[in-house]
Parts: sequence; structure tokens; C-alpha cells
Amino acid sequence: MKTAPAKGAEIVPLKAEDGLRRHGRLSAKKITLAHGGGGSAMRDLIDDVFISAFENPAMGDLEDQARLPLTQFTASGDRLAFTTDGFVVDPLFFPGGDLGKLAVYGTVNDLAVGGAKPLYLSCAMIIEEGVEVETLRQLVASMKAAAAEAGVSIVTGDTKVVGKGQADKVFITTAGVGAIPAGLNLGVRQVQPGDVVIVNGKLGDHGAAILAARGDLELESPIHSDCRPLTGLVQALLKAAPNTHFIRDCTRGGLASTLNEVSDGTGFGIRLQEKAIPLREELRGFCEILGLDPLYLANEGSFAAFVPRAEAEAALAALRRVDGGQEAAIIGEVTTSGGRVIMDTLFGGARIVDMLVGEQLPRIC
Amino acid sequence: MKYADEFRDSALAAGLAKAIAEQLDALGATEETPVRIMEVCGGHTHAIFRYGLADLLPKSIEFLHGPGCPVCVLPRSRVDDCLAIAMKPNVIFATFGDAMRVPGSKGSLLQAKGDGADVRMVYSPLDALTLARRNPDKEVVFFALGFETTMPSTALTVLKAREEGITNFSLLVNHITIIPTLRAILDDPEMRIDGFIGPGHVTMIIGTEPYGFIASEYKKPLVVAGFEPLDLLQSLHMVLKQKVEQRCEIENQYARVVPNTGNAVARKAVEQVYETREHCEWRGLGDIEQSGVQFNAAFAAYDAEKKFAIHNASVPDPAECRCGDVLKGLAKPWQCPAFGKACTPEIPLGALMVSSEGSCAAYYQYSAVHNEALEEARNAKAS
Repeated sequence: MKTAPAKGAEIVPLKAEDGLRRHGRLSAKKITLAHGGGGSAMRDLIDDVFISAFENPAMGDLEDQARLPLTQFTASGDRLAFTTDGFVVDPLFFPGGDLGKLAVYGTVNDLAVGGAKPLYLSCAMIIEEGVEVETLRQLVASMKAAAAEAGVSIVTGDTKVVGKGQADKVFITTAGVGAIPAGLNLGVRQVQPGDVVIVNGKLGDHGAAILAARGDLELESPIHSDCRPLTGLVQALLKAAPNTHFIRDCTRGGLASTLNEVSDGTGFGIRLQEKAIPLREELRGFCEILGLDPLYLANEGSFAAFVPRAEAEAALAALRRVDGGQEAAIIGEVTTSGGRVIMDTLFGGARIVDMLVGEQLPRIC
Repeated sequence: MKYADEFRDSALAAGLAKAIAEQLDALGATEETPVRIMEVCGGHTHAIFRYGLADLLPKSIEFLHGPGCPVCVLPRSRVDDCLAIAMKPNVIFATFGDAMRVPGSKGSLLQAKGDGADVRMVYSPLDALTLARRNPDKEVVFFALGFETTMPSTALTVLKAREEGITNFSLLVNHITIIPTLRAILDDPEMRIDGFIGPGHVTMIIGTEPYGFIASEYKKPLVVAGFEPLDLLQSLHMVLKQKVEQRCEIENQYARVVPNTGNAVARKAVEQVYETREHCEWRGLGDIEQSGVQFNAAFAAYDAEKKFAIHNASVPDPAECRCGDVLKGLAKPWQCPAFGKACTPEIPLGALMVSSEGSCAAYYQYSAVHNEALEEARNAKAS
């Protein structure tokens, strides 16, 4: 079968037709332990569900490893960026995304915020016995679309099936590699007092979308996950503000945790302006009802960038031209002392924004 | 956000803060001899910290953070009861989220969940009833926690369960009432309170009349307040106005939500299902007579205490805890020897460190151990 090659695969010097095998067909409706047993059932699963979607030249003849030309990395930079992340989410599908999309964008974004050009991903799946094959197909299709959107190729992978109750439906681990352009050295230690803190868009949507989709709270909400690749946004930012010091995506623990990590890592304080933090009206209402603080809700398509003030306006203008950056805003700045994150409240007071201990739990009344 | 942002206007707040400062001067209050106002409700404590209210006000006013956070006054023995039921086979134990972290003598519901108990977080007791409907082969137990605010919803849920003939559903009731506890606090000889900010949500049910004795017998003003920062400032202004004019009355700032007569329909539902409990244990405060409710005989079938033969045995608070003094406003959280050491949000000894409405957690997160930073924020604002 023909699939449109992912952008990242375009310069791999193999022809798309090379080395691709005839596919097995999977007729089962549900995954059983047999599909992890190493026999023909497993091969059918891999062929029909994974290879048929991800097939690309770098997979070659399904050797035990993907073989990637070094020239592609050296053409894009002088260092390899390498990262891995495990993804579990309940429910698997939620407004604005699904586990597959998360697994691709999560790893892509970990590479992107380091300034790297993400190129290749691996994908290891742990599947619970009894999962519908159709569910897997949907996740894989979503990963394929996300990889194409992010310009990366999924080139190697693994599948394990575990017994009922030994995993929650599907767990995905992806690792990713990319190239960091020469001369670019983003890092928390580069952050300086006077740097402004820029976020690319509205915060907290992913965490709220997951909470609402879980159904425990019987709340309907129009909020969609912000799940998206950050590569384009980061590249635009770095082009407009080449002296940017540090970027981090605000995933688990939200903006508050990201900023506290920076404050802890540098010893500098961070002063936030509550009125400048972009939040969706629906999200504010959702948090108000449940007694949640949006600053601690997870994001999957938002970062905080630490940019010298002189380049801040250029950075904002550049971000606002890119999809997912229209709501970019300066939300605060790095201060010399304190070593704490402090927010001037909308109301005219000030409060400390601390690390969260565990998960946020909705209040009783 | 409509109907919320209007109550968070910083210009209006600055005006009110200035007027409050003038009242405090007129009363001769100083940092050493401040006017001491107890906000009874945990929701108010949370709002005071969340909006940085203390930053706007002079140091000649001191907030005492009262016992009106149902999670904070949950005794260890009651959490033990929850665990005893939750760990039984075939039980789904449903609870409001913030009760899950409260430690009993054998751990919290969150830990029990980790040990394999089927503990579910719900937002309403009706969600627990839905669980019972969907799981007819399981026993679903809802932890009915809270003041008068949540009593009507649990009472109506039980009435609905009876109407539908659902039998695999019961409630572990830890509903408490604020009035006997306010009296106990006022009777404490060490106590010095100049006035009260009254609980808005509780009053929505019980009305303002039950507070009458605070003004008539104890000569303290009380103003029922809403939960937005401007509500709190206005209520404070009303309390101080009474002080300046040497009045002691029960006033209602939250009239846009709270009728002075409360909610008679809700009270009727509560009276139909519950009766006064002779003794009720509060964390830190101990046993307070008639400060809670239990199912009456007609609804015994829905009483998890009976269904699971639970005998609420008192467990003393950890010896080093000063939860009681903090709840009564006799000690600030950081004056407790356990604060920030044996008792932190990661490993809470007392429930005041658990709930976002608990004053220990609020101080720990927003100030106290990080006091210098908050000071710096204040100084930066002034300069």
C-alpha cells in the first residue's frame, strides 16, 4: 500500500518501495494474549495494524533496529537531542485528542522546546488483553496523522500484550531523536533576571478536557485539549528572538510547576501578572465550579519561554502569526531575588504560587 | 467571567480597603492590639489567601480562621470508619475529592485506593446513587460529609433511592452543624474574638435567625458573607461599622444569594431524613454535644453505620498537633510544633494541612514558611 511519506522521511535515501513486505491480515476483533506470543497472530497484528500505517523506508525489512543516515542529522545541527516519555491516559479518546496523538506530540514537544528539529520516533505499546482491534487502529491512525503533522517518522517499535487487569487498555512509550542547530544552547541556567516569561496560548485546556471526559464528575464542558506539536511555534520564536534563554512545555503540573522548576533551578524569583495569563472563559468557569486552580492544570500544546526583554515584542509578533500562537502573551518576568513564584492577583493582592503536592482534588462545597 | 469578575474589581477593592483602614484607626486598633475577626467558613479562608486579601489590609486587623471546613474537622476515627467500609469486598466507596487525602490512624482513602479498595471521587451524592444503579451487584457507600450546606443534597438522594427502591446504596453520615460549635468557641475562656464573618452557604439553608444568640448573648457582630473578595471586604467593613457604631447585630451582606429565612424546602428534606446526634467528634475540638445529625429510624436501611456494623470509636489526635488551637484561633499554624516539620502537605498529620480550605495548608502554601518572599512581595508593591 502507498502512504504519503512523512516530512521527516523525505530525505532518507531509500526508495519507498524498497524492502517492504507483503502484509499479513488481522481478522480478530479483540486482542488476546496470542497477539503477543511471537507467532503468526502477533505478526498479523504488527503487519496489519502497525506496519500498514507507519510503513516507511527507514523500517526496511523489519530488522531489529531502524537504520538512520547520519547525514540527515549533521545537515540539521551538531548535536543529537534524544528523549523518551511514557503515555497513559484515561479515557483513551477525549475532546481534542487521544492517547496516540499525545504519544507523538509529547515526545516531539520535548525535543522541540530544546530547539531541536524532531526527526524520528520509536513507539512501544503495551496492550491489555481484550482491547478492541478497532481501538488500536484508531490510535495508530491518529499517531500516523500526528507524525505527519509534526514532520517526524515512526521508524521502530515494539508490541507487548499483557493479561486482563495488568494494564489499563493501552500504554504507549515513544522515544524521539532530533538535531539541535549549531550555536543554539537553550537551558535553564541561561535564564537571567529581567527575562520576560512568554506563553504561546491559553492554558489549562488539556487538564480540564481530560477531567471532564473522565465522566466521574458528570459535567459537560465544551473545552478541548490543546494537544498540538510545538515545533513550528518554537522555530518561529527562535527566529524572531534568537537570544531566547530557555523554553519548557507546561505539561503535568501546569504552568505553576514549570515556573517553580525554573525558580528552583536558578534561584531567581518569577513575578507573574494574573491579568496577563490567557485563560478561556469556559475554563475559568469550569475551575470555579470545581475549586481547581488553572495554573496547575496540564497542557499538551503550551510552553513558557524565557526571552530577553529587548526581543520580547518581536517574539510575541512572530508567535501570533503561527497557528497555536495567536493568544501568545507576556505573563511575567524573572526577578533577582526571592527564589519564589509570586503572582500579583487580579484583585490587587499578591500571593505565592507554589508547587502542587499531588493531584488537584475538587472541593466539597 | 460574568457574575464573578464584577466582584473582583481591584479599584473597588482599594476603596474598600482604605475605608476599612480608617475604621480600624477609629477603633484604635494597632498591630500589637489588632481587631480580631473570625471567618467561620473554610471557603472564606481559601478566598482570603487566594486573592491575597491580607496584602490590601493594615496589620491592625487579624483574621482567625474558624472551624467551618468540614474536611478539616474530620476526626481520625471517622476516616478509620471510611477505610473499614472501603476495604470490604464488593464495596464501592464514593466520596467528595478533598476527603480522600485526610489521614486517619491507619492511613487515608487515597492510600486505601492504592491498596486495592474501590474508592471513587464524585461531585454530588446523586452521582453515587448513579453508581449504585449501574452496579446492582455491588454495595455503594457514599461518605456524606459537610455542614448544612450539603445535608439537603444527601437527604434528597436518600429520598430518591427509597423512591426507586434501590437497596445496594447507603450513606456513612458525618454531617455536622455549625451553631453548637460556634457556641463552644465563644464559651472558651481563652477566646478573644471581636466579630464574625458568617458562612454564606450554610446560611443559605439555615437562614440568619440561628445566629441571633451571638449578638444578643455574646455581644459580637456577625455579617453573613459571600465568597468573592469584594464580598469579604464589604462584610469586613460592615462588621467594623457595627464596632464603630457600638452595635451588635446579625447582618447579611450576601443577600443576592442568601435569604434571611434560608431555604425551608431544603430544611424540610433534612428533617425528614435526619435527627440530631447526641455526640459528635470534631478533629482538634473534641466532642461537641448535638453538633451533628444521623439517620432517623425510618431511614435506618440507608445507614452505612448499621449496614456495616460500624462503631465509631474515638481515636486521639496526634499528641504534637495543635489543630484545636488553630481551629479556635488561639494559635497561628506556624506556632504548632509539627507545622512544616512532621506535618506538611506531602505528609499531613492534621486535616488542616490537607484541604485547600485548611488554614495550615493555606499558610504553608502561600506564606508562613515562605514568609520572607511574601514580605518581599509586599515591599515591592509599596515601593
